[in-house]
Amino acid sequence: MEYVFDVRAKKLTFILMAVGLLSIVLGFFGGDHASQRVWTSILISGFFFFGVGLTGTFFLAIQYAAESGWPTVLKRIFEGVAAYLPIGSLALIIVFLAGTFHFHHIYHWMDADLYDPASPHYDEIIAHKQAYLNLPFWWIRTIAYLAVYIWFTMLFRKRSLMEDELTADPKPFFIKNQTLAAVFLVFFGYTSVTASWDWIMSIDTHWFSTIFGWYIFSGMWISGMVMMTLLVVYLKGKGLMDFVNDSHMHDMGKWVFAISFLWTYLFFCQFMLYWYSDIPEEVTYFQARINDYTWLFWGTMLINFIFPMLLLMSKDAKRNAGFLMFVGVIIFFGHWMDTFMIISPGAMKDHGTIGLVEIGTFLGFLGLFLYIVLGALAKRSLLVKNHPMLEESLHHHIN
Amino acid sequence: MSKAIYALYDDDEIMVDGAKSILSKNLRIKDVYSPFPIHSLENVLGIKWTRLAITAFLYGLTALTLALIGMWFFMIEDWPMNIGGKPNDTLYQNLPAFIPITFEFTVLCAAHGMAITYMIRNRTFPGMAARNPHPRTTDDHFAIEISKDENSGVSEDEIRTILKETNPVEIFEK
Repeated sequence: MEYVFDVRAKKLTFILMAVGLLSIVLGFFGGDHASQRVWTSILISGFFFFGVGLTGTFFLAIQYAAESGWPTVLKRIFEGVAAYLPIGSLALIIVFLAGTFHFHHIYHWMDADLYDPASPHYDEIIAHKQAYLNLPFWWIRTIAYLAVYIWFTMLFRKRSLMEDELTADPKPFFIKNQTLAAVFLVFFGYTSVTASWDWIMSIDTHWFSTIFGWYIFSGMWISGMVMMTLLVVYLKGKGLMDFVNDSHMHDMGKWVFAISFLWTYLFFCQFMLYWYSDIPEEVTYFQARINDYTWLFWGTMLINFIFPMLLLMSKDAKRNAGFLMFVGVIIFFGHWMDTFMIISPGAMKDHGTIGLVEIGTFLGFLGLFLYIVLGALAKRSLLVKNHPMLEESLHHHIN
Repeated sequence: MSKAIYALYDDDEIMVDGAKSILSKNLRIKDVYSPFPIHSLENVLGIKWTRLAITAFLYGLTALTLALIGMWFFMIEDWPMNIGGKPNDTLYQNLPAFIPITFEFTVLCAAHGMAITYMIRNRTFPGMAARNPHPRTTDDHFAIEISKDENSGVSEDEIRTILKETNPVEIFEK
């Protein structure tokens, strides 16, 4: 089953990219805070789609490590989504470089004055964090995370294509994949947390939260899960993935359902403890969000919780392409709004809005993402060969 | 006079194949006994999908409402509780503090409700005598039950002949 990335689809992604580019360029002429707003908007959408790509690699690694048979027919989708990772990392690096050279002020702590006791801007709290939060060490970490994520992504892809051509017994090959996946998952487990501190939590430099890493990770995971489900629904709708049956769709629906709850749980877990203890240095984070972004803050949480909860609860809904599509599109955007809520109040204070610039950048990144992912899917057959659990997956049947 | 004829099998796949061949000869199967759930058996027997999930949802909904009404009455209405200076004028202001209890109570009621409903529906309660036709159907054997009343058009000998063709280890009446 070959997918062809036809001219019509290509045109659509180019239109989306053009919209994105246009809103970024025009955004710079948007009056007060224009440049800060555009960079914030690029970080929001850039990080959001980076997370979607990273979920592809992460989810693939989980399937290897857990020896799970059912998703083998969907493996190409996971790899396709992960193909966005190099470009996604580039987008992040551009934002980080712009911050390092003070084109924007998203990362307040990058300001050298804060660490100088003689300066009027000296900030004792941030100065005490200097051992960890200083530019050289921060850049070393950033490069290390990205390099290792990309390296594993490419390695999994390379080995998956090698497996297609395999003539020998695929079992030892699979066992090596399993070992690699386990190594990746350990690295990912630690660095997804520290990366969320470095890239996101450091925007609100004074503030800290111990559950933050998981919160960001669960947000990434659900966005990626939804994107992979939507891609399967799209390709199955075109008749290219007839080997994907109702049971596979049911399982993908279950993942979307379950990770929505994981996200809601972590959201509430972080919020409730800070709300209850009401300690000034902790609660400021939520004050900034609830006071200046009341509707967005609660609305995001309710959309991402209520829609999957009520609409995806039944078995029939999880097997229905229309339901999955409807809920998927809503919570995909809902989790983009969540990324906005995580980044914007720190970077834009009370000036953040979801306007043409933010929506335009989102569409632009969506176009870029789809261009790369659909391109990667078109390169190879949508069904893997020689995978030891392929037969099991083709006969996957659950009730 | 016994009511039913049973065929006992020592392998679940032989039993499922047997059930298929019995049904293809227009014999009706009353029930099947197995020590573990057998995949695809419910499709062969044409068993309707359980409505237990619907009852679970209703129990959960009831518990959610009860928990919120209860906490509203105890903590807000009857005697406003001042805990660490948290707002206690309205339910919504203090709602975050009530969410964990509401969640726990919902899970508690849904789980117990489901378990009790299951027991009542199957008429099986703790301490009751076992009603399986053969003691080994809770160990390593599988039994198909053919009711004589349901198959009144077929003679007993014919039933036995059909059952014998499915390779059971034993055929008995009870």
